[in-house]
Amino acid sequence: MYAVNYHRAASVADAAKLVKTGDAKLLSGGMTLIPAMKTRLAAPSDLVDLSRIAELQGVKVSGKTVTIGATTTHHAVANDEKLKKACPALAHLASLIGDPAVRHKGTIGGSIANNDPAADYPAALLALGATIITNKREIDADKFFKGLFETSLKEGEIVTAVTFTAPAKAAYEKFRNPASRYAIVGVFVAKGKDGVSVAVTGAGDDGVFRSKEIEAALAKNFAASALEGVKVPAKNLMTDIHASADYRANLIAVMAKRAVAAANA
Amino acid sequence: MSDVSLMVNGKRVSGAAEDRTLLVHFLRENLGLTGTHVGCDTSQCGACVVHVDGKAVKSCTMLAVQASGSTVLTIEGLANGADLHPVQAAFKEHHGLQCGFCTPGMIMTATDMIGRHPEGLDEATVRAELDGNICRCTGYHNIVKAILAASTTMKGSKGKAKQAA
Repeated sequence: MYAVNYHRAASVADAAKLVKTGDAKLLSGGMTLIPAMKTRLAAPSDLVDLSRIAELQGVKVSGKTVTIGATTTHHAVANDEKLKKACPALAHLASLIGDPAVRHKGTIGGSIANNDPAADYPAALLALGATIITNKREIDADKFFKGLFETSLKEGEIVTAVTFTAPAKAAYEKFRNPASRYAIVGVFVAKGKDGVSVAVTGAGDDGVFRSKEIEAALAKNFAASALEGVKVPAKNLMTDIHASADYRANLIAVMAKRAVAAANA
Repeated sequence: MSDVSLMVNGKRVSGAAEDRTLLVHFLRENLGLTGTHVGCDTSQCGACVVHVDGKAVKSCTMLAVQASGSTVLTIEGLANGADLHPVQAAFKEHHGLQCGFCTPGMIMTATDMIGRHPEGLDEATVRAELDGNICRCTGYHNIVKAILAASTTMKGSKGKAKQAA
């Protein structure tokens, strides 16, 4: 790791000031950033640690509205009793990220700001029609996730929370790489007042996306059987050492079926 | 450089360290606590697991300065004098180690796991919870056996085990 200067932010306002220092980066759980710095793929001059800012932590559920602070860890999301009632699919998703030690440190804000094309949270937030709240504005999930490791966040802008309306039904199914524990394909289905939405992670050439084919079939009939014979095109899907685009296309339909079955269970 | 101040295994320690110093290096090189190992250095193997503020974390994926102000428990802090912690005793009894390199991380992960499952553990849960700890000798069977045994022992003597953990 190259030399770096560490700053611990006391508040969001403090962090917004500190992040203007040199080539600073925001540090939350550090589960991606620190490994990237160790391999010198990332070399920020300064780190601004958000993890001790109390106002960024915790899950709030009020009626159907769920708000999760940006530095809430995967462990906290997975084990929040109110969330398990309001949107059990999201708590389950958090329990599938990395391993227990990673879940103790990694955060929802860090995950979405990084927007790894195989990360789990982007699929959930896109399917749930979530809003990402920053220190400057509110951004709809479908405008937020831009591509591989790309978001609509501006330089120095800080994710403070995410919020969404709990859907009537939802589930997440993940076919994970057993070594990295990232999704080879992950499918989040949600059925809410605005209809059915289905978001796919791990597979898209350009990151997380919504599957129109699966959404169309489920809009007519929200049942796993409605997906019999539905073909997801392999165009624009990733091919890598783990899986070809064709294999991923098939997996999307399979994971979607399992997710719908779980959502209806 | 920053001043890093920690409570490690019940003792207050402090020292200056470069901001890029990883917690595991601070523990090993500044404090001489070499029980915590560096296996893969890529956040995967879990040989470096310690507890920070009561939660198992990979100390190779955290800066020492990030942990400043926190309470840290390492493998050296588990036993009560000559009395092994129930998880250590179970690893010994059930031959849960061969070369021993992964063992400190396995034991710190196991104590955290048992603490989070006061209702008890089954084999599938133990295996799933060991996702972040790699052992290249044992094939895991005896590690799983040891953790299940320790979980049962600690359930039986809750107050005492809690104190030790």
